Amino acid sequence: MIEINHLTKRYGVLKAVDDLTFSVAAGEVLGFLGPNGAGKSTTMKMITGFLAPTSGSIRVCGHDVESAPLAAKTCMGYLPEGAPAYAEMTVRAFLDFIANVRGLAGDRRKSRLDDVISRLALGSVLEQPIETLSKGFKRRVGLAQALLHDPPVLILDEPTDGLDPNQKHEVRTLISAMSKDKIIVISTHILEEVDALCNRAIIISNGRILADDTPRNLKARSATGRLDDVFRAITTGAPVQGVAAHA
Amino acid sequence: MHNICTLFRREFASYFATPLAFVFIVIFLFLTGVCTFVLGGFFERGQADLAPFFTYHPWLYLFFIPALSMRLWAEERKSGTIELLMTLPVTLWQAVLGKFLAAWAFAGVALALTFPMWITVNYLGDPDNGTILAAYVGSFLMAGGFLAIGSCISATTRNQVIAFILTAMVCLVLFLLTGFGPAINALDGLLPQSIIDAIASMSFLTHFSSIAKGVIDLRDLLYFATLIAISLAANAIVLDMKKAD
Repeated sequence: MIEINHLTKRYGVLKAVDDLTFSVAAGEVLGFLGPNGAGKSTTMKMITGFLAPTSGSIRVCGHDVESAPLAAKTCMGYLPEGAPAYAEMTVRAFLDFIANVRGLAGDRRKSRLDDVISRLALGSVLEQPIETLSKGFKRRVGLAQALLHDPPVLILDEPTDGLDPNQKHEVRTLISAMSKDKIIVISTHILEEVDALCNRAIIISNGRILADDTPRNLKARSATGRLDDVFRAITTGAPVQGVAAHA
Repeated sequence: MHNICTLFRREFASYFATPLAFVFIVIFLFLTGVCTFVLGGFFERGQADLAPFFTYHPWLYLFFIPALSMRLWAEERKSGTIELLMTLPVTLWQAVLGKFLAAWAFAGVALALTFPMWITVNYLGDPDNGTILAAYVGSFLMAGGFLAIGSCISATTRNQVIAFILTAMVCLVLFLLTGFGPAINALDGLLPQSIIDAIASMSFLTHFSSIAKGVIDLRDLLYFATLIAISLAANAIVLDMKKAD
């Protein structure tokens, strides 16, 4: 369970996130949509405890992110934007490091490592330094790191950015397969992804929620049935052909 | 403790994952040799001690230690891994300590590898090994002081070159020149003697040279311990205030 209450983040006079309130329950795959600079990444950074909110509160699995950060961080897996990782480390050393920090030991450590390495097909690059990997592999290492401790909550910032169509498909299959009993929040620019993966979509712009609905209902707002048109109508406020006014 | 240890090991190993460790240690050893034998006149003095070796440590550290500390946090910012690190279940303190201790241990390795110097002087004469040990302890503490300041400055920027230059400048002006005879003498007459003494007592040089004479005074130990603690606290505060960008 993620509960977000009147979350606001100000940078000087700029309100990056403006009074956001929503909650996400287990089994939901929430697609976080919005134009660049809408506040998607800022919101994710606050949920994961990287940035402190200006005001408002966030609870993850019942733990307040500000007052009990370690407990909240323990139940989350996070893929930051761009999938940063220690470039000079080999994939194996990096995953070992994450397993140590996550306190995995014994059989569970081994089975979790084997699981993410096989799920993300990292077996062939285990001994390579991360800096020598292709973009697709780097992204998969980032995902492996987020999944390693099998967290109940996954926060993925643009998980398929920079992947080729086959890799995108694999990552989506992976996310779908995990979605049954987890909370997954993904941010993306790719609307078809929301359609394929998510059972809920939140569209934000200028830090405010403009729409919170299932992808199916959002599509129904347009006569053409295209999510792109609905997205443009909602985020720009301009009339878009086929989308009913005040949609 | 477990987390500090994990972060320590990762950071320590990262020095050896690139040629950095090798280049650093080789050049450090080479320059300590040059300083001792050429500038310090080790043989010409005809004395069995390591004074000419240790005298140059503060000045060698002035550019070697910032080269170690500059990457500690600036690189995490630059590559974005700071976001990964700070969203793992570790506290800010554990991260600051783990990284600092790794850099300090690496400096310790470089310092320990100067042992042939100690063997040489023992071969040639009969030095006071207690004094030499004390000087090694003092040098290691001084390296920790430089590193803690460097770690704090590294946390303020994402640019390693800026971190290097700022650290070298701060260490030079605030912690070396304040105890350096010619510089402190220039203040004679400008400031009351008590203030000059106070300034000099803030210096690495004052405390290091008193330890290097073989006297491990509690005040000198406290000086370095306090300096390291304050710098690391500032380091944590800087990170907490400015996590992004």
